[in-house]
Amino acid sequence: MDFLFLKKYGWYYLNGAKNTILLTCIAITFGIILGLIFALFRLSNNKLLRYIAVTYIEIIRGTPILIQIMILYFGISQYISLPEIPALSKIIGYDSSDFMIGAAAVAINSGAYVAEIIRAGIQSINKGQMEAARSLGLGSSMAMRYVIIPQAFKNILPALGNEFVTLVKETSIVSVIGIMELTKAGDIVRGATAKGFEPLLVAASVYFCITFAASRFVAFLERRMKASD
Amino acid sequence: MIKVSNLHKKFGKLNVLKGINTNIEKGEIVVIIGPSGSGKSTFLRCLNMLEEPDQGEVIFQGIKLNDKKCNIDQQRQKMGMVFQQFNLFPHMTIVENIILAPTKLKKENEDEAKRKAVQLLKKVGLEDKADSYPNQLSGGQKQRIAIVRALAMSPEVMLFDEPTSALDPEMVGEVLEVMKGLAKDGMTMVVVTHEMGFAKEVATRVMFMDQGLIVEEGTPKDVFDNPQNPRIKEFLSKVL
Repeated sequence: MDFLFLKKYGWYYLNGAKNTILLTCIAITFGIILGLIFALFRLSNNKLLRYIAVTYIEIIRGTPILIQIMILYFGISQYISLPEIPALSKIIGYDSSDFMIGAAAVAINSGAYVAEIIRAGIQSINKGQMEAARSLGLGSSMAMRYVIIPQAFKNILPALGNEFVTLVKETSIVSVIGIMELTKAGDIVRGATAKGFEPLLVAASVYFCITFAASRFVAFLERRMKASD
Repeated sequence: MIKVSNLHKKFGKLNVLKGINTNIEKGEIVVIIGPSGSGKSTFLRCLNMLEEPDQGEVIFQGIKLNDKKCNIDQQRQKMGMVFQQFNLFPHMTIVENIILAPTKLKKENEDEAKRKAVQLLKKVGLEDKADSYPNQLSGGQKQRIAIVRALAMSPEVMLFDEPTSALDPEMVGEVLEVMKGLAKDGMTMVVVTHEMGFAKEVATRVMFMDQGLIVEEGTPKDVFDNPQNPRIKEFLSKVL
């Protein structure tokens, strides 16, 4: 075992870790937005909306993320190209449009899982809460917004935290479309140093540091929320 | 004020309401009694469309509520409702619970709504709880807050769905006191309850329901002291 290559290539890992975290944050943010929209669609009284939501959730959960990302990258991006965001390009260190496709793929994938988490959270709220809100004269969307969703989010925060931790690892998939994140960084270092093993160990440890810190943070939040109950 | 005619409601195969007809006038205090499963709560919940009737109509101040064209949210603002399980919003403080509907629906300004909320809280003796959360309160306190929350919308009628059934016995009194106070102020009330003492003392009309129908109604004196229907006699002998 020889880790001396880190002196020269350690920077790759740092840069990769930064992009992994950035990718995760973008994906979870849009994943939650998508998840909320589709969870509400799924619970809506409108048949069409319910149908759209179920289709999205089932297709995404029933196909591999690797295929999804390749469809998006090699297929759909032939017809639609994302504009480059100069500020983002500057942060990640290269053209942001591929990065955005990767982030979009992970967000779309995560959105399906988050939708199910949010749906369960909403359904876990006692139906008396909805009735009380409606009996005051609040419409169903206002009741959702002010009464149901705030309580649901509080209940599902641990599950969303876990989804975040899972996403940190899932983002490694975007390395297949050449996005420079942690897994790709390990790959590049392997090629550059002609070492097959050590660069992977380093990548794995960096992943572990990120997920361990994140899951500690989630546990901390959970404890604090219990205290406020 | 509320006119109910030929009201039917089924849950699956279960026929809960089999044709209710009644008229509730302004200022009346109607107490609905009857064995469990008789349809009392379902009837009450049909009055503000928490349950949608299958047949018949509910007309509130001249507006048919079970009509597609009726904006039920607007009508519900004028009908306060108090539930057996209180249903306070646990993520909001007491005062936030109370001002939610007035500020969001009547666009009352927050300070004004708060001032009114504190006034109402004083009436029920809970002004010191304004900034507490619901789960810091006892059942009786929660129910008094739930009443205040409904009153904050200045409703024309108050519906009570077994408001004391989930309470420890020593807390029943404090809630009934608040309800008596309301009655004294002239509020129109429809109350489903098992508190016969309250019915005798406060009701202007007692309605006895059994198997989805109003079997008998009249003044408390008529219904309690001189019931016509044998089923009332049987029911009263069990609960009194």
